[in-house]
Amino acid sequence: MNIFKQAKFFWTSIVLAVVFAVIMQFLIVGGTLNQFYVNTLFFIGINIILAVSLHLIIGVTGQFSIGHAGFLAVGAYASAIITMKLSLPFPVALLVGGLAAAVAGLIIGIPTLRLKGDYLAIATLGFGEIVRIVFLNIDYVGGASGMTVTHLTTWPWLIGCVVLTVLVIVNFTNSTHGRACISIRENEIAADAMGINTTYYKVAAFAIGAFFAGIAGALYAHNFYIIQPTNFGFLKSFDILIFVVLGGLGSLSGAVIAAILLTIISTYLQSYPEIRMVIYSLVLIVMMLYRPQGLLGTKEITSFFKGGKSAKGGVQHGSKNTVA
Amino acid sequence: MAAKTQLLKVENAGIRFGGLKAVSDVNLELKQGELVGLIGPNGAGKTTFFNLLTGVYVPTEGSISLDGEKLNGLAPYKITKKGISRTFQNIRLFDELSVLDNVKVAYHSLAKHSIFSSIFRLPSHFSGEREMEEKAIEFLKIFKLEGSLHEKAKNLPYGQQRRLEIARALAANPKLLLLDEPAAGMNPQETEELMNLIALIREKFDLTILLIEHDMLLVMGVCERIYVLDHGQLIANGTPEQIRNNPKVIEAYLGEEVS
Repeated sequence: MNIFKQAKFFWTSIVLAVVFAVIMQFLIVGGTLNQFYVNTLFFIGINIILAVSLHLIIGVTGQFSIGHAGFLAVGAYASAIITMKLSLPFPVALLVGGLAAAVAGLIIGIPTLRLKGDYLAIATLGFGEIVRIVFLNIDYVGGASGMTVTHLTTWPWLIGCVVLTVLVIVNFTNSTHGRACISIRENEIAADAMGINTTYYKVAAFAIGAFFAGIAGALYAHNFYIIQPTNFGFLKSFDILIFVVLGGLGSLSGAVIAAILLTIISTYLQSYPEIRMVIYSLVLIVMMLYRPQGLLGTKEITSFFKGGKSAKGGVQHGSKNTVA
Repeated sequence: MAAKTQLLKVENAGIRFGGLKAVSDVNLELKQGELVGLIGPNGAGKTTFFNLLTGVYVPTEGSISLDGEKLNGLAPYKITKKGISRTFQNIRLFDELSVLDNVKVAYHSLAKHSIFSSIFRLPSHFSGEREMEEKAIEFLKIFKLEGSLHEKAKNLPYGQQRRLEIARALAANPKLLLLDEPAAGMNPQETEELMNLIALIREKFDLTILLIEHDMLLVMGVCERIYVLDHGQLIANGTPEQIRNNPKVIEAYLGEEVS
């Protein structure tokens, strides 16, 4: 691939992101944007991180994991302990949240990633539930009544984390390591036969994905004043899974767009919580019927600017993996 | 050809699945630079034997060694790094990756840049990736696939997919190449091209090749020696001429003569 073109695209995106961040910062501080929109914006940011981190595990590496809320919970609680119990600064909490989730990813990943397809899905689902129940039974973190957390998540931290997540995962995917992960998704036996240490890359993808889910957890905890184990049930895992599936398995920009759209939809549906999941499910059913490959299918948003040709490099992929 | 030193030695190798002996007591030797065929009726255990060599299955009996190094029980990716590479009976390309990226995956184990340097786009990432790309393009020219570098592998015509699979296997830099029915599904002209290709790569890469094939024309035409497997056991081994006249082989393929 053309490295010069890549670098140009990279810097353009960075500049755009910075401009966007600064404008929004002024709007938020100046009070032009009312609190409702600010909240939605924060929620979108957190969901983008979650969607992109799960995209690395499911879309790129092809490991069907549905326990992502477990990592979110680990990150949320670990970071809350750092700021609330140990009174350390927020950046430390972000880092610890991410690292704690990554360690959880390693612990759960090493034994379960030898499983394939449905079996892995069930194992990770179990992991998510175990995490929730563990926090439910630890009095140190408040048990069922949860833990109150100071509001520390600010716009610069949020957008910084979003950009970092996207950058790291795009860079990872568009390298030989990302190709190794894609080759596992495409054909694990062949990947093995080509000298790829498949276990290593599955665990690595899992740990990186978990790390960013943990960071999202830290942002989440310090945004909502209170965290409770019920916030991290398997419905949360499904929310994240839906972003990835709806966006198109294997398309990072698809996951981002789906996260934005669905967050907005679900925010507006908040007044009718009973039908929220019904509408979600309907959207998915309609999607699977008329566009089984997801919103963007196998493509990235950038490929539409290059005359509709599929982007080269890593982030282009298959409808083959529509396991859902 | 180079001096004929021993490359692969298989001693009494076998595998049983529960009570079933899929392959047993196989003794096989390959010398550096040889092109050897492995034939046998359907279900004889040829592909299972390949899976033993490449570590997909761990042999339950006997030993396999490459260049004097024991391979039993090593993970498949480690065996590939030691120098055994293969193609598959049913093509296993990375369908959604481009032709170029398929080959690059095979170069992965040679990459020196770490995950860290790729994530933070350090100079070593760029130099590593560029080197890989140049090597892969150079490589694909040998296989006349440079015209479809950015084509998805699944969109190639069948013959080219077979060729790409061989190219990918060779990119992993093997000493021993295992080809599992490379001519399956090819027309006579494609088979002819394949034979030329095999001869070419053998010369160019100083390879030893073990080949499973049903196309007798191809096997008898290119192989120096042939092993015959039936019901999981080696029943014969020799030059094509010897194999052609071996009564055991004829029996395995055609059944016993009525007296």
